[in-house]
Amino acid sequence: MSLFLIVALPFLSALLPGLMNQAGRAACAGVTFTVTLAALVGLFTNLHTIIAGDVVMYRVDWIPSLGLNFTLMLDALGFFFATLILGIGLLIIAYARFYLAREDNMGEFFTYLLLFQGAMVGIVLSDNILLLLVFWELTSLSSFLLIGYWKHLPEGRQGARMALTVTGMGGLAMIGGMLILGQIAGSYDLSVILQNRELIQQSDLYLPALILILAGCFTKSAQFPFHFWLPHAMAAPTPVSAYLHSATMVKAGIFLMARMWPVLSGTPEWFWLVTGAGLITMVLGAVIALFKHDLKALLAFSTVSHLGLITMLLGTGTAFGAMAAVFHILNHATFKAALFMSAGIIDHETHTRDIRRLGGLRHLMPITFVIATLAALSMAGIPLLNGFLSKEMMLEEAYHTVLGGNHWIVPALAVVGSLFSAAYCFRLIGHTFLGPQRDDYPAKPHDPPAGLWLPPALLVVLVVAIGIAPFLAEPAVKGITAAVLGNTAEVPTAYFKIWHGLVPALYMSIVAVVGGLVVLALFKPLLKLWDAAPRPEAKTIFEGLVEGVVRLAKALILPLHNGAFSRYAAVMAVTVVIAGYYAWATGTVGAPTRSVQPAGAIEIAGWVMMVAAVLGMVFLHRNRLLSLVLIGIVGLMVSVGFVFFSAPDLAMTQITVEVVTTILLLLALNFLPNETPVESTVLRRARDMTVAVAGGVAAMGLSYHYLLRDAVTAPISEFHLANSYKGGGGTNVVNVILVDFRGFDTFGEIIVLGIAAVLIYALTETLLGGPVRARLLNRTPDKPLAGDQHPMMMVVLTRVAMPVVMMVAFYVFLRGHNEPGGGFIAGLIASIGLVMQYMASGYSWATQRQRYPHHGVIGAGVLIAGLTGIGSWFVGKPFLTSDFTYVRIPPFEKFELATAALFDLGVFLAVVGAVMLSLDGFSRLARRAHVKDSDYAMDINPARSENEALKGQGV
Amino acid sequence: MEILVASAIGILTAGGLYLVLRMRTFPVILGVSLLTYAVNVFLFASGRLTIGAPPILTDATTYTDPLPQALVLTAIVISFGMTAVVVMIALGAYLGTNDDHVDDAPGRGEDAV
Repeated sequence: MSLFLIVALPFLSALLPGLMNQAGRAACAGVTFTVTLAALVGLFTNLHTIIAGDVVMYRVDWIPSLGLNFTLMLDALGFFFATLILGIGLLIIAYARFYLAREDNMGEFFTYLLLFQGAMVGIVLSDNILLLLVFWELTSLSSFLLIGYWKHLPEGRQGARMALTVTGMGGLAMIGGMLILGQIAGSYDLSVILQNRELIQQSDLYLPALILILAGCFTKSAQFPFHFWLPHAMAAPTPVSAYLHSATMVKAGIFLMARMWPVLSGTPEWFWLVTGAGLITMVLGAVIALFKHDLKALLAFSTVSHLGLITMLLGTGTAFGAMAAVFHILNHATFKAALFMSAGIIDHETHTRDIRRLGGLRHLMPITFVIATLAALSMAGIPLLNGFLSKEMMLEEAYHTVLGGNHWIVPALAVVGSLFSAAYCFRLIGHTFLGPQRDDYPAKPHDPPAGLWLPPALLVVLVVAIGIAPFLAEPAVKGITAAVLGNTAEVPTAYFKIWHGLVPALYMSIVAVVGGLVVLALFKPLLKLWDAAPRPEAKTIFEGLVEGVVRLAKALILPLHNGAFSRYAAVMAVTVVIAGYYAWATGTVGAPTRSVQPAGAIEIAGWVMMVAAVLGMVFLHRNRLLSLVLIGIVGLMVSVGFVFFSAPDLAMTQITVEVVTTILLLLALNFLPNETPVESTVLRRARDMTVAVAGGVAAMGLSYHYLLRDAVTAPISEFHLANSYKGGGGTNVVNVILVDFRGFDTFGEIIVLGIAAVLIYALTETLLGGPVRARLLNRTPDKPLAGDQHPMMMVVLTRVAMPVVMMVAFYVFLRGHNEPGGGFIAGLIASIGLVMQYMASGYSWATQRQRYPHHGVIGAGVLIAGLTGIGSWFVGKPFLTSDFTYVRIPPFEKFELATAALFDLGVFLAVVGAVMLSLDGFSRLARRAHVKDSDYAMDINPARSENEALKGQGV
Repeated sequence: MEILVASAIGILTAGGLYLVLRMRTFPVILGVSLLTYAVNVFLFASGRLTIGAPPILTDATTYTDPLPQALVLTAIVISFGMTAVVVMIALGAYLGTNDDHVDDAPGRGEDAV
């Protein structure tokens, strides 16, 4: 199966379990299981290539200019991890089916699980490191959903938040590291980066890149000092813990360290950072785990400890260390998943995970006992189980590791770690299953149905099989190790066997196991000591840190953003002016290249009118109606300016928009106060005036500057002018740009316009559905209303004008491609024609005659435009490719048929619908309770009797 | 000519900014409209000022730059939609609370004076 499908399958089918929710729990789990199985089978179809030592690639260019390509690579290492993720995933899905309670939403659970699974598979199969980062972040997000799955538990929410914060921050650091790495190597493809060991390690940026990438790995893999999130993530349902903390999430960091091993390892920096963090984590995790009473917490810290062990092995930088790490990843995944599932079983059956309340379960739950004991013994490093083999290799490697010239510290710490590791494993077995049977379990324990114990049992079979016959795993582990090492080192020849003779590692192992038993025997006094010792509580520290950051952020932001809009606006304006000034002052200013064009008396007159209107607005803005009139003058002068400067299309658009905007503001002013009261101090007005003048001077300076200079690079407009007729079939270049060259832009714009109109509709509905409705219905207008609101003269005039306006709109629409005009302008003109009817003849009368709802018109417009674009797919062209032809039907002249015209029709309809729907919202607010909408167009009509007319007016 | 257009842009900006900094919704909306004019003219002027050479293909040899015009044309129409939305929000706020202040918390800080 193609690598793309393997990665995409979980994502594509992520919604299936959610949709299957109604079909029952079995169906939900079944579909998830099937999808995962399909991906796993797909993965195994590539097995022969991997065994042959080859690499499977998949490549699609995404944003090649950024070096971001959708490249996937499958080698032995990726194959190994993908198998773990999907294989253990299958067991977890089966287990979760029986684990989750009836009230848990199973579809939701499996949806999250599939998202997570897809992201994990994506990480291990990515060849492009930018793509890898995307998947990396996706695992942080999806694991957040999984950990917080039990939303009703505060621990669940806090744990999820902590996990997201820590791994998310690590992810951020890693983005930086990966970008640096890509810059050094000159490529973001792993296959290239892995070939450039020398180049990368000699770069000055090696250390920053290393630290940032390791920050990402350590947070994800819960290495000291970021280990604290993992135990808190245990608030998740057990299947999640078993999945995330055995084979997947926390192994992502380990995977990345292994993946990057050939280029990053082998330097002193790598050794100190990775081995150091690994050693500390291993010992610390093991010690804490011993004293945890919650089964899952114990397992969580043991996971932390084992991750530290693997990290330490990768840190040594030797081929043998890498091989031991790979082997331990495999072994840890098997026994740890089995242990988590066993802990889940115990919790499920006895309703507690507190070791102090357990004990003596071996006869009550014999199957669970066998599974958990074998897995725990393997973790303790007992021979004939797989944990023994990799632990032996770890001790062997530790024995040869020299830290800062010191020969004994690493072996000693390794033994201490193993000793505590053995101790907590023995405690887990001893205090849960052995000892006397009790009679105070919260629930009567018994073995669960097969659905719960079969998945861990299968894993334990693996644990034993590898433990007894290590040669079974040897070729696989060596193949994977070869993939980790790349071409930097040879795979060690060491054979996997149980008996290596009387080597130091054996003695260390014996010390650890015997020591573990001794520690367990002394557990009670040790626990007292532990409880008495002061220990920093990671959660408190973390929360304190978060609170500190929040306080800092507030201290920075609140003075600027205190909820007062005027302050935001002032801050923004001042910032823009300052930034602009900085650019101006530091940049180079060339000499003017354009000559100044003379201005005549008419132009100056227009300018004076506009300036006077603006100044009038500023000083007389408290009279709202007056300022509305004045802004109309400004708009008019702007339109005239457009005509003057060779922009007929703009002028037509501006003037028509001006009309509808004024109507809109008038409608709004109907409800708002007529006057703006004097509230601000002189000081504040002076401040605002200063800001305004500074902004104005800046805008003027910038405009004047570029008006006198030609563009630095040639504008692309030449292309449009040259191809407008040839390619677009129209002589009005502005219109051809709108409907053809930049048709996709326009398509987006009419959608925005439609959304704005629908938004207004929604706001109106909300207003009219709430308490405002009663107030609106009962209000008395503050202005006296005309007795004859719909005068006959106006009605007749608009009625006569209507067809004329429509004809003009039609004409403007048709000629748009070649002469000034087009869909936008025609739409606005048609809207004005319609609005005239509303204004003259009343809302009710006009609405009764409205044949199509405005929403529908908007929708139709967007659809027509979209379908026109899609139409070009059928002839194998990209979206919105236009075509045109000239047709001649004998009696008429030759005329043009262009698909662009169809697109323009969509624009036309969308504009009409949007304008009408917006104004419609405002007029609906204006209706009042005691004034009935007249059914007649005219209030006073000689053709009707006067009484009827008065009734219609509602007086 | 250039100085007229540049100063017009400057005055529109200044007037718009001053009104945007007012405390009631209606002047702020008018201020935003003035700023819209300023921005549209500014963008339009980036094609430089050309008199008597519209971008309609004829036998002429020089044309004005059509691209800023196309961009500004849609901007004008969109600005209508945006104005309508803002007006509706302002109206809703006023009708709901009988208060047309734009600031979140009158009575706090200097902006309340």
